[in-house]
Amino acid sequence: MRARRDSTASAGLHEHFLDRIPIRMIQFDHVSKQYPGGFRALHDLSFTVAKGELVFLTGPSGAGKSTLLRLVPLLERPSRGQIVIAGINLSRLRGRRIPFLRRRVGMIFQDHRLLHDRTVFDNVALPLVISGVPHREVGRRVRAALDKVTLLGKERAYPVTLSGGEQQRVGIARAVVTRPPILLADEPTGNLDPDLSEEIMQLFVQFNRVGVTTLIASHDLVLVRRLKHRCLRLNDGRIVADDPGSAYP
Amino acid sequence: MSGLPHAVRRYLAGWLQGHGRAAVGALGRLSRTRLASAMTTGVLGIALALPATFLLLLQGVEGVTAEWDGGASLSLFIESGTEESDYRVFADELRERAAIRSTEVITPEAAAEEFSARSGMRDALDLLDENPLPPVVIVVPAPDLDAAGLQALGKELQSLELVDVARLDLEWVQRLHAIMDLLRRAVWLVAALLAVTVVLVVGNTIRLAIENRREEIVITKLIGGTDAFIRRPFLYEGVWYGAFGGLLAALLVEVVRLSLAAPAADLATLYAAEPLLHGLGLHGLVRLLAAGIGLGLVGSWLAVGRHLAAIEPT
Repeated sequence: MRARRDSTASAGLHEHFLDRIPIRMIQFDHVSKQYPGGFRALHDLSFTVAKGELVFLTGPSGAGKSTLLRLVPLLERPSRGQIVIAGINLSRLRGRRIPFLRRRVGMIFQDHRLLHDRTVFDNVALPLVISGVPHREVGRRVRAALDKVTLLGKERAYPVTLSGGEQQRVGIARAVVTRPPILLADEPTGNLDPDLSEEIMQLFVQFNRVGVTTLIASHDLVLVRRLKHRCLRLNDGRIVADDPGSAYP
Repeated sequence: MSGLPHAVRRYLAGWLQGHGRAAVGALGRLSRTRLASAMTTGVLGIALALPATFLLLLQGVEGVTAEWDGGASLSLFIESGTEESDYRVFADELRERAAIRSTEVITPEAAAEEFSARSGMRDALDLLDENPLPPVVIVVPAPDLDAAGLQALGKELQSLELVDVARLDLEWVQRLHAIMDLLRRAVWLVAALLAVTVVLVVGNTIRLAIENRREEIVITKLIGGTDAFIRRPFLYEGVWYGAFGGLLAALLVEVVRLSLAAPAADLATLYAAEPLLHGLGLHGLVRLLAAGIGLGLVGSWLAVGRHLAAIEPT
């Protein structure tokens, strides 16, 4: 808790908003997303994700998984319906407050989105720098995050010199270094072989065990089934199945 | 800082650290693209040095001509045939007036001597039977008398009995002032145009820098960087450009001044005047730097305001 307060000290109002222990961490109410030109990516979506839950989003390409994830940190706004994250109604969140929402939502992308002219250390440090974490704390926390993804020896390497799996782990370290209460991953294993995919998924399971609410979009059905977590299946922008899974007793 | 509450101290430290990091980072980026940065700085330096040099020259000329202003005088040409003792008494009486500081009498003989010495027309003068030159009383007005007062004084002295013609030696000063006004306006106009140049050059350079770092901006926005955080390094880049441009401009101004020093000194001695060219001095250096930094900041601010908003995560 102390560390979390550190990272949001400059956010003022938002210092406590995710600490209020809402049972529902993510709540979608009749959410639709229609793009200019008429393409409807999401159609009247309603679901909730409880605090500390790990939920998989599956479905064919174009089913709306990425769009759904993009609505949570307000990379896009829904055309209709409302989204409540940790008790905050996103439709009432003003534009200049969006960065503070995004700091509390860790995001992982299939293409990693790392800065290739910066070292691994600098990439992972970026969220801390953005949050204004004091210089002497940055090193300690970056190394702690790299340790979790077993990349401690690669601090000074540049992303291009790393394998795909290692780059993805740098992306994960960057997403968790601020200890956000929510983690979103969009096809995190998309380009990896089965062994590496398993390894990456186990990382998410570990983060989830310490209470991080996690939402993972994946088309790797075999792996998803084996992990036995809740699974939302999307098709054509609608939820066609909500399998509760059996990972939790 | 120790008296402040912990949270405030922490916030201040974070703020300072953020700005320090942005400033040093921007400097580092400029040094990595040394040639391009040097060329931009060169353009800025020249654009700032030109108006600075013009303004310094103008200042020098104004300093010299300000003295001439006080040198305005009235020449009273006395009716021919007036006895020397009469106009000497007349000159002494004039000196009593509050509006007149001093008077000087030039007898026809003295005038003839000076005339022949100056113009080399002694022979022509010698041909004449008698000295055609009238006696003259030069009236130096009180220093606080303005142009209108001088005109009034001239008119009044003109009407006196002994005075044939009273001539005010002011017209050339007025002409000079008109020319100076024109020059001053032209210099400021050129300065304004070159200031716009600086803003545009910095703006365009920062626009390119933003384009080059598009991916970084997108990622920073993705993970919660505020607009202020993203803007900051670009603004500092503009500030650095302005500062280096200002320094280079100061250097160029000094080079111009030193290379013009000898002929300018010659010109000044011809007019028995003060030195024509002055250095920037500390005051001028500070103002030049401030102008550079201010214009650099304006340029980068315009570019940032226009182009950063257009980059959103996709």
